[in-house]
Amino acid sequence: MLNASAGLLKPSDGEVEIFGSPLAGLNARAGYLFQQDALMPWKTALQNVAVALEPKGVSRAEAELKAREWLRRVGLAAFVDRYPHMLSGGQRKRVALAQMLIRDPEILLMDEPFGPLDAQTRQIMGNLLLDLWAANRKAVLFVTHDLEEAIALADRVVVMSAGPAARIIGEFPVMLPRPRDIAEVRLEPSFHHIHKEIWASLRTEVQKAYAQGEGASA
Amino acid sequence: MNRAKLILLQFAVGLGFLLIWHILTAYPIFAPTRQTQFFFSTPTDVLARVWKEFSSGEIWGHLWITLVETVLAFVFGACGGILFGFLFARRELLAAVFDPYIKAANALPRVVLAPIFALWFGLGIWSKVALGFTLVFFIVFFNVYQGVREVSPVVLANARMLGMNERQLLRHVYWPAALTWMFSSLHTSVGFALVGAVVGEYLGSSAGLGYKIHEAESVFDVTGVFAGMVILSIFVILIDALVTLVERRLLVWRPAPSTNGQG
Repeated sequence: MLNASAGLLKPSDGEVEIFGSPLAGLNARAGYLFQQDALMPWKTALQNVAVALEPKGVSRAEAELKAREWLRRVGLAAFVDRYPHMLSGGQRKRVALAQMLIRDPEILLMDEPFGPLDAQTRQIMGNLLLDLWAANRKAVLFVTHDLEEAIALADRVVVMSAGPAARIIGEFPVMLPRPRDIAEVRLEPSFHHIHKEIWASLRTEVQKAYAQGEGASA
Repeated sequence: MNRAKLILLQFAVGLGFLLIWHILTAYPIFAPTRQTQFFFSTPTDVLARVWKEFSSGEIWGHLWITLVETVLAFVFGACGGILFGFLFARRELLAAVFDPYIKAANALPRVVLAPIFALWFGLGIWSKVALGFTLVFFIVFFNVYQGVREVSPVVLANARMLGMNERQLLRHVYWPAALTWMFSSLHTSVGFALVGAVVGEYLGSSAGLGYKIHEAESVFDVTGVFAGMVILSIFVILIDALVTLVERRLLVWRPAPSTNGQG
């Protein structure tokens, strides 16, 4: 679904509409944060972020200036000249986040971006994402297997059935107040309430997926 | 292991080899010394000859010729390999059509081409450059081809999502990826450029290291042959060190071999 929204994949049936107009080719209005490492390993953190502005025709000096600013915002000011292999998994994700956000896309597509990270880093990244999002509210499509992460971050949780041929089986609004803190929001009673409600519909799908030996989508 | 100890051990191996060689040729252990010295010469004679070659200055001209041939063969071979590697990797049809011909051409022993090249390009340096070219071209070609085709699909998708056009993709993604593969084969391809040059000289020329060795062989001058081989080895080690230096500068972004960048 994310790849279809990004224009990387043609939908097998139907059409993708972005803000009301049909999508042809790559989605230029979207930024995509991949699950895997997608940074260019031969570029430093700074070059990786700055290069994202080249297609927009921004001069190199200006791009580097902006890239520095974004790396500072994601907390990597001290690591601008590191190559990706010298960074930790969480730091690489933050560079990728800066790389995506520097282009100021209207839609953010995120494919389990924090999946490979450990629990603590995940929480820090979640809060970072919430902060950045709060500063400049964009449409975010965030795919995750982690129900708690989904509730803590989202306004709306859409549950998908077990693949193949996954479809939408439920939609739940999340009324938790903002600004949120990933660690604290989990302690609120309404969090548990929503969790229980969504889990009820998710559970059978998870069991189905286990039976098939595949992963489920939440 | 610390560096001093390593160098000491490396030195010891060389010295041990020379010592065994010396003992076997200086004393009549397996055969009379006249015989062993005719077939194997002696380390002192060989080293003395190497010293004489360098001090008399005669070898420098030959070394220069061989170096020029090696560098030209490498530059032409690498450029051709990069060009065609890119082209074939980006144009599936081209690669599929030419595949059997490329394999056939690559499987051909280059030595049989040497006389043809001598006929076409004369006995000067160009026939040797051509021979080196046929060796270097295929190594670089296959590596660049592989490099461009095996660019990580995620990195590529990400670059496309950043809005890069074909030219920018080429510059920021395909080119560095191909370069990495090329450099991983740099030691081999420089070595083969030298092989092409020396074999070409050996088979027909009037200058160069290969010519020197051939000249000594044709009069059963074993000392001369070994001296030529020693000089060739020194030459190879120096070139290889230079390549390592270039590689370190250009591939700074690569993780050290012990860590594979996952984490």
